[in-house]
Amino acid sequence: MSERPSRTAARGDLGFRLGTGAFAAFLCLLVIGIGVILADQSWLSIDKFGLGFWRGTTWDPVAGEFGAFPFIWGTLYSSLLALVISTPIALGIAVFLSELSPPVLKQPLIFLTELLAAVPSIVYGLWAIYALVPLVRRLEVLCPEWLRRVPLFSGPPLGVGMLAAGLVLAVMVIPFIASVAREILKAVPVTQREAAYALGATRWEAIRMALYYGRTGIMGAVMLGLGRALGETMAVTMVIGNNPQVSLSLFAPQYTMAAVIANEFTEAAGDLYRDALVEIGLVLFTITIVINILSQLLIWSVSDQRVPRRVVPKPKPALAA
Amino acid sequence: MAIQITAHDRRRKVLSRLVEVACAGSVMLALAPLALVLYFVLSQGLPALSLAFFTNMPKPVGEPGGGMANAMIGTLILLGLAGALAVPVGIACAVYLAEYPKRRLAQAATFAADILNGVPSIVIGIFAYVIAVLPFRRFSALAGGFALGVMMIPIVVRTTEELLALVPPSLREGALALGATRGRATWSVILPAALPGIVTGVLVALARVAGETAPLLFTSFNNQFWSVRLDKPIASLTVQIFTYAIAPYEDWHRQAWAGASVLIGAMLVFSVLARTVTRRLERMHRP
Repeated sequence: MSERPSRTAARGDLGFRLGTGAFAAFLCLLVIGIGVILADQSWLSIDKFGLGFWRGTTWDPVAGEFGAFPFIWGTLYSSLLALVISTPIALGIAVFLSELSPPVLKQPLIFLTELLAAVPSIVYGLWAIYALVPLVRRLEVLCPEWLRRVPLFSGPPLGVGMLAAGLVLAVMVIPFIASVAREILKAVPVTQREAAYALGATRWEAIRMALYYGRTGIMGAVMLGLGRALGETMAVTMVIGNNPQVSLSLFAPQYTMAAVIANEFTEAAGDLYRDALVEIGLVLFTITIVINILSQLLIWSVSDQRVPRRVVPKPKPALAA
Repeated sequence: MAIQITAHDRRRKVLSRLVEVACAGSVMLALAPLALVLYFVLSQGLPALSLAFFTNMPKPVGEPGGGMANAMIGTLILLGLAGALAVPVGIACAVYLAEYPKRRLAQAATFAADILNGVPSIVIGIFAYVIAVLPFRRFSALAGGFALGVMMIPIVVRTTEELLALVPPSLREGALALGATRGRATWSVILPAALPGIVTGVLVALARVAGETAPLLFTSFNNQFWSVRLDKPIASLTVQIFTYAIAPYEDWHRQAWAGASVLIGAMLVFSVLARTVTRRLERMHRP
């Protein structure tokens, strides 16, 4: 007697698959929907300014003139500054936690570095306004006269500006870079290290080999940090100074794409003004997607870990398998 | 032949030691801001925190005191709405991913969840504005809840998926062997086994979106008055902190710090809770 699944059971299975599948499909449509809606809603601005939107440096809502270059500049500058500060620190953390840390300290330290990612952006912003900015201002005042002639350090010491934004962003992206880099180092085969030690390598030389082995993944980790930094809104809005100018100076108040949307969207009178802001959102959306996909591919090439979420609990490997 | 330790070797050793110290230093360097943020928020916030802060309404400028009762209830309402959207969608997606991981749709959904997770919150805000504010021509709690819900979906999908993977495959196989359909096996065996973890995951996701400000700025907006209506603008802790923080009044800054200390307190509680539960689950399922 051959047992075959009853028809109701088969139907139940199909219903289950289609039922849960519908939600999975909804998730995919949601992402596509965001892109379509942003493009649709920014049509006035895309149509009127075309590519000139991204070259224009004047942002004058009253005159109806919208050039987004200062915002792109500010976003890229602040994000890259944050990466320059945070990458070495994050890699140091990853190396320490995966190679050097005493076993007792390891879990608590991992927990603490991940807490950094759980602090809300608005709290970082509040702290930055009242604690970091005064500190930065004091530093800027201390800056000697001869150094001020360098474009990087020119301008009045306001405290708010690119340096403060870069610092706060750096703190916020460190946990993301560190956590992925740690996964990457974990994925480097132990034999690599053993071989290095067997050849008489010092600890640092062995670590350097491991870092070199995982270099694409580490680039992915840094890219992931970049994606975070580009889209970060509140903390940056509160300390960057919100002034649409293109300046090389770390002391100059500038503006970012996310910040201009946060500040001006509710006050955007007129369709063209609003559409221009949505277009900035559309570009931010596109850039972060591209960056995230790239970082994912780079990380995948080394480790089959997926990019960690915004949440605290770490991806746990299936233990039962 | 005796091994010669040359100056070069000594330099290598010193360099290695230096790098080790630098790595330990970078851990401290990263934890310093965490300690500073916690210290500042608690030292500025706790003195301003009182029972009145939780029960009173905001006072007008110039009158000291007052609370954020409306903002707290607002945040809870927004979280309820976000959960109502994200929990069913997220768990259903995760179940699909766990049961049919090889299908095209599952791979697409995993990818979509990862992308959605990386979309800046301010962009989600614009999306929610277009979907839920523009057609009705008014800011509303519903729109804010929708924005937070969209942000929450990928987090719920991811945590649930991971916790479902922790359930030993033998449980599923056992259920299927007894003649259960996949739906029955999921509903009666797998989900209950993963439930404590899923609940924690959802709480952590809620705690995470509770700290979001950007997507609320032009969806739920803000409200200085008591309101629990879903079709009206509603106050939230985060937007209220933002409003207070950038205002030029000393009293308001104090209120902002107090609000931030409430947020931070909730975050700490949820993080520790999540860590304890995931650890316990891991130990429970360890073969």
